[in-house]
Amino acid sequence: MGIRRGHRAHPGEWLAEKFIFLVSLTAILMVFLIFAFVTREALPLITGEVSSAAVQPVIPVADMDKIPAEKLRIYLELTPSQFATMDHDTKKLLMETKVEGAQDAPDNKDAKINTIEWRYLLFPYQWSGYDKPVYIWQPVSEIKKYNIIPIVIGSIKTTLIALFFAVPLALGAAIYVSQLASPKLKEYIKPAIEMLSGIPSVVAGFFALIFMATVLQKVFGYESRLNAFVAGIALGFAIIPVVFSIAEDALTSVPRNFTQAALALGASRWQAAWQVVLPAALPGVFAAIVLGFGRAIGETMIVLMASGNASIMSGNIFDSARTITATIAAELAEAVFGGDHYRILFLIGALLFLVTFLTNMAGELVMNRLKGKLEGKK
Amino acid sequence: MNSVNTIDFRTKKFRAGSFFFTGLTGLATILILAILATILTDVVYNGWGTLSWHFVSTIPKKDFFDSKTTGVLPMIIGTASRVFVMTLFVLPIGVITAIYLTEYAPNTSVITRIIRAAVNNLAGVPSIVFGLFGLGFFVNFVGKNLDVLFHHPTAVWGQPAIIWASLTLAVMTMPVVIVATEEALKAVPQGLREASLALGGTKLQTIIKIVLPQALPGILTGGILAVSRAAGEVAPILFTGVAYYMASLPQHLTDQFMDLGYHVFVLSTQSPNIQQTEPILYATVLVLLILTFALNLVAIFIRSNMRRKMRSLH
Repeated sequence: MGIRRGHRAHPGEWLAEKFIFLVSLTAILMVFLIFAFVTREALPLITGEVSSAAVQPVIPVADMDKIPAEKLRIYLELTPSQFATMDHDTKKLLMETKVEGAQDAPDNKDAKINTIEWRYLLFPYQWSGYDKPVYIWQPVSEIKKYNIIPIVIGSIKTTLIALFFAVPLALGAAIYVSQLASPKLKEYIKPAIEMLSGIPSVVAGFFALIFMATVLQKVFGYESRLNAFVAGIALGFAIIPVVFSIAEDALTSVPRNFTQAALALGASRWQAAWQVVLPAALPGVFAAIVLGFGRAIGETMIVLMASGNASIMSGNIFDSARTITATIAAELAEAVFGGDHYRILFLIGALLFLVTFLTNMAGELVMNRLKGKLEGKK
Repeated sequence: MNSVNTIDFRTKKFRAGSFFFTGLTGLATILILAILATILTDVVYNGWGTLSWHFVSTIPKKDFFDSKTTGVLPMIIGTASRVFVMTLFVLPIGVITAIYLTEYAPNTSVITRIIRAAVNNLAGVPSIVFGLFGLGFFVNFVGKNLDVLFHHPTAVWGQPAIIWASLTLAVMTMPVVIVATEEALKAVPQGLREASLALGGTKLQTIIKIVLPQALPGILTGGILAVSRAAGEVAPILFTGVAYYMASLPQHLTDQFMDLGYHVFVLSTQSPNIQQTEPILYATVLVLLILTFALNLVAIFIRSNMRRKMRSLH
C-alpha cells in the first residue's frame, strides 16, 4: 500500500494529531455557543434593561443632566451608537416629545406596568377588566401579557399525553423484540420500528392535522378539532422510536445467562423477561422514559400543527393547548427584533434548553451506570 | 436478583399469564407497525394521483395553493441545496471527531468524557432551540459582523440565508455522523491496524490508508442518515433561511430558499381552502417522504452489507 517508514513523517504526525484533537472539541464549543447565544438574546430581560410598559414613567426635562447616561439612553430608546453621535439639543428635543407623548397616552392603569418583571411572568395578576387574578399569555395586545405558566402547562400536558400513549407501546415492543421474538422476526421488526423515526415531524404533524384529528374527533366526540390530545398522540409517534431503541438496548445488554438461569429454573420466556431481565434493566427503562420526555417537550412542528395553539389554562386534555416550542415557532417571526417579545421568546428557549440538557444528562448517566454494572457482572 | 428465589414459576396462574402478556407485548409491536403503515398508506394512497413530472418540475406562481398550476421544484432544490451545503461542513468535522474519539482519545480522560457528553447533549437539544441558536449566533452575530467586516451598506450576510440554515443543521446533525462513524471505525478489526503499524506505518498513515477505507461504508451511512434527518427538519430553518415564497430559484449562499418540509407546513395551515389544497398537500408530503425514506433505505442497505462483510473479515 506504499506505506513509508514511520519516523520520517513525525512532525506532520504531531501536527495532524493536534489538529484532530482541536476539531473534536467542536462539539463542546457548540453546546457552549448554543447556551451562550440563546441566553445572550434574553440577557437584557434578566438584567432588567428593557421595559415593556406601554407608558414609561416620565422624566422631567429639567432632570436630564442628573440621571446617568446609560439610563437616559434606555429611556430614549436609542442604540449606544445613536446615543453617542447625538448632540445635547436633539436629546432634549426627544425628552420633550416623550413628555408630550405621555399626556395623550391611553387611560389604562396597566399601561405603566413593566410586564416582563418576574412576578408578571410567573404569578397571576388581576389586569384591569378582569374580575380575578389570571395567568395570561397575550404578547400581541395593548398591554402585553407574558405569563409563561399557560404555555408551560400546555407543554407539560401534551408531553404527558404523549408519554402515557407511547411508553407502554414502546416498552411492550422493546420487551417483545429483545426477549420474546425469534431472531429472524427481530431482524425485520427492529428496522421497521426504527423507520418510524425516519418520518419527519412535519409529516407527523400533517398526518395529525389532516387525518387523525378528524378520526379521533369522531371516536371521542370532543368539541375543538385540534387539541392537546391529538397533538399528544402524534407526539407519541415521534417518541416511540426513541423510547423503543433505548429500552431495547438496555434490555439486550442484560447478560444472556440471566435469562438462561431463569429458564433452567422452569420459568417461561415471559416470566424470565418480566421477573428477571426487566428488573435488571430497569434503570435503562427509566432512562428511555426520561429521554423520551426530553424529546417530546422539545418537539415543535407536531404541536404547532395539531394542538390548536390557544394558550388557555385548562386541565382538560380535549382543550386546545399552546406549548413553549410552538409559541417560539409561531411568534418569533413577528416579534420586533430586539424587543421585549423577541427577548422573552429567547428566554423560554433558554429555559427549554436547560430542561432538555438536564434530562439528557440524567438519562445518559443512568444508562452508563447500568451498562457499567451489567458488564461488570458478566 | 434475590427475588428470583421467591417466585414460584409453576403455578397455573403464572403460566396462563405468560401467554397473555406475551400476546400483549406482541400486540404493542403490531400497533406500532400499524401506525407506521397507516401513515405511509394514507400518504401514498392520497398523494400518488397528483404526483406527476409536471408537479415536481414546475416553479409555482405566487398563489401556490392552486392545484393546476402549482409545483414543488423550488422546494426540492431549496431542500437539496441546504442539505448539500450542510454535508460539506458536518462530514469533515463529524468524521474527524469520531477519529479522535476512537483512534486517539485516551478512553478514561476527562476531556474525552466531556466530548462524549457534549455529543450526546447536542443530540438531545430541541430543534427549535437550534433555530434560536442559528438566528442568535449565525445570522445576528456571525453574519452581522461579516457585513461590518466587508463594509456592506445593506445586510448581505446578516440575514436569514441558505448558508446559515445549512450551518445550523450541520450543528444539529453532528452527533448522527459522529456516532455512525465511531461505530464504523470500531468495526475495523484491530489486527489490520496492528499489521500496518508493524510494517512501519505511522498512526496517521494507518488511519488514512487502512482504517478509513475499511470504514467508508459506515461513514457514508452516517452521512446519509444525517442528510435524511436534516431534509425533514423544519424548526431549525424557520428563522435562519426559509422563505414563504420566492419567484426565482436561489442563486447564492446568501439567498433565502423555499423548502419542502416548510411547504408542507404552509400548505396544511395557511390554505384558504383546505379541501382544494389537500391533493397537492398529499403529493408534497409524498415527495418529502420518498426523499427521506429512499435515503434511509440506502443507509440501511449499506449498513447491512457492511456488517455481513465485517463478519467475514473477523
